[in-house]
Amino acid sequence: MRIRIPLIIVFILGVFGALTFLIPHPFVQNIDSEFRDSVLRIIYAFSLVLGVGSILHHHLEKIRKKKEHWPYSYVLIISLFATALIGLFGGIEGKGPLPTTIGRFQFDIQTIYMNIAVPLGATMFSLLAFFMASASYRAFRARNLESMLLLIAAFIVMLGSMPPVARLLPKLPFISEWILTVPNTAAKRGIGFGITLGVLATSLKIILGIERGWLGGTK
Amino acid sequence: MFYLTIISFFLGEMALSPESVWARDNPNDGGGKILVEWKLSSFDSLLLGYEVFRQGEGERSEIKVGFVGPGRNSYLDEAAKNGINYRYKVVAVSDSFRAESQFSNFTRSSAQWFNTSKMSVVIFALLLGGLILFWTAKAKKRRDLFVRRISGLSAVEEAVGRATEMGKPVLFVPGLTGMSDVATIAAMNILSCVAEKIAQYSSKLIVPNVDPIVFTVAREVVKEAYTAAGRPDAFLPDSVFYITDSQFAFAAAVDGIMVRERPATNFFCGYFYAESLILAETGASTGAVQIAATDAVMQLPFFITACDYTLMGEELYAASAYLSREPLLLGALRGQDYGKLIIMGVLILLSLISLLTKFPVLKVF
Repeated sequence: MRIRIPLIIVFILGVFGALTFLIPHPFVQNIDSEFRDSVLRIIYAFSLVLGVGSILHHHLEKIRKKKEHWPYSYVLIISLFATALIGLFGGIEGKGPLPTTIGRFQFDIQTIYMNIAVPLGATMFSLLAFFMASASYRAFRARNLESMLLLIAAFIVMLGSMPPVARLLPKLPFISEWILTVPNTAAKRGIGFGITLGVLATSLKIILGIERGWLGGTK
Repeated sequence: MFYLTIISFFLGEMALSPESVWARDNPNDGGGKILVEWKLSSFDSLLLGYEVFRQGEGERSEIKVGFVGPGRNSYLDEAAKNGINYRYKVVAVSDSFRAESQFSNFTRSSAQWFNTSKMSVVIFALLLGGLILFWTAKAKKRRDLFVRRISGLSAVEEAVGRATEMGKPVLFVPGLTGMSDVATIAAMNILSCVAEKIAQYSSKLIVPNVDPIVFTVAREVVKEAYTAAGRPDAFLPDSVFYITDSQFAFAAAVDGIMVRERPATNFFCGYFYAESLILAETGASTGAVQIAATDAVMQLPFFITACDYTLMGEELYAASAYLSREPLLLGALRGQDYGKLIIMGVLILLSLISLLTKFPVLKVF
């Protein structure tokens, strides 16, 4: 029964989800929207509580057991609660009951987001340039025929995108464009077909209860 | 403008007005839409466009509902109410004058119960579904179904064994999308098989999550896998945890785990975005064996470059069948392959037909 009830729920909702793709009638679409907008949000809200509980438990354990770098867990917990309090009671742009200004120093949620979260995210994103350089070095080592072909193709595409080279070799941008639009697109579409079939097969297997890995086992 | 004035003077405005205005319920929708079509004015290129007017049955006057430019011979009225009869009039507009058409027929919008434009999708899905079900049923009798070797999945056992020997953990990242993404569900299926092997080997597992719902499911999946392996006591609830739903904050946290804990094996299964290279390159720098499985086509080159094994696209979905060797799942996999064979056949046939049409000398088509 512990397995059967989730399987029945998945079957009913899976078939319903597939039918909403084919039935444009508002009766069906409204139920679908209700599921997507309201029910999913409620589930997300509950799971967020579990998520926050998980992160707190994880770091409190770290502090309790004095694991490596445990003082940083204090930083996380304090930041988590401080941001949540400011967000809940300070209001966006500091218009809530909690004062979020000391003199000219502002610490409302919008300021925190724009001046801490965004730059930190951008910093991580900009690391990509360095990672890309090291990955390119590894990928472009001509160890075998495939690597050689990759190297040549990448070289042509890169050179074709450089205006001075394109001026010297006017045919190069067209070759570069051809590599991107013909062999590259063909490979991508091939993978795309496989993905679509895989998604369809996996969905069908889950709806029919053949695939039960997501329940923790196939038995 | 000069030409239009001359034409209207000699032939009257009727010569400029659009003809045969026809209104009908917009097909395959949830109602509330009426499609108005007309024959373009003979002097369409000289016009500013067409104004569309609507009149409800029993109403004395009409209201303007839209305007389209020259060359357009249809308008979709999205403000109609179901069950009310409407008729339409189209007015050709120029700088100097307006030429009205006759009213169209009365029509009403209604909601449809089936979208006929998706019939081809239904047929294809039924065909593929039928193939998958046929082979699943057949797999119950035939247990010797052949599945080609997938290096990345064959290496799972070895990778988990390596982690055990080295006394280091295994890191499993189940992608960055939510539970509604099939790639995440496929990642959960792989996690189940990997966790079972880890439980058997008594190794340590770390599963950081970006989505709270995925976190909840992943924890249950790992717990059940440990129970299935006969080691429920070995399951550590803290091994599956939620970090954040912020993309790069998550990447930073996972990078930190990789650098501090030095996992012997990293699994990146599911859907990834720009953080794929950050994760894979950091993992490579720690010397871990890395197995990636994703259907994110844009991220595949990064994983191929930085990981030891990469499962591309459909291999992600085949992984649970391959790892569990469950006959029913293998049967479904076989059905999926036949579906691909049909697609390939159709593509080759249509390409040949298309090619033959380019050689009129052959006079085949």
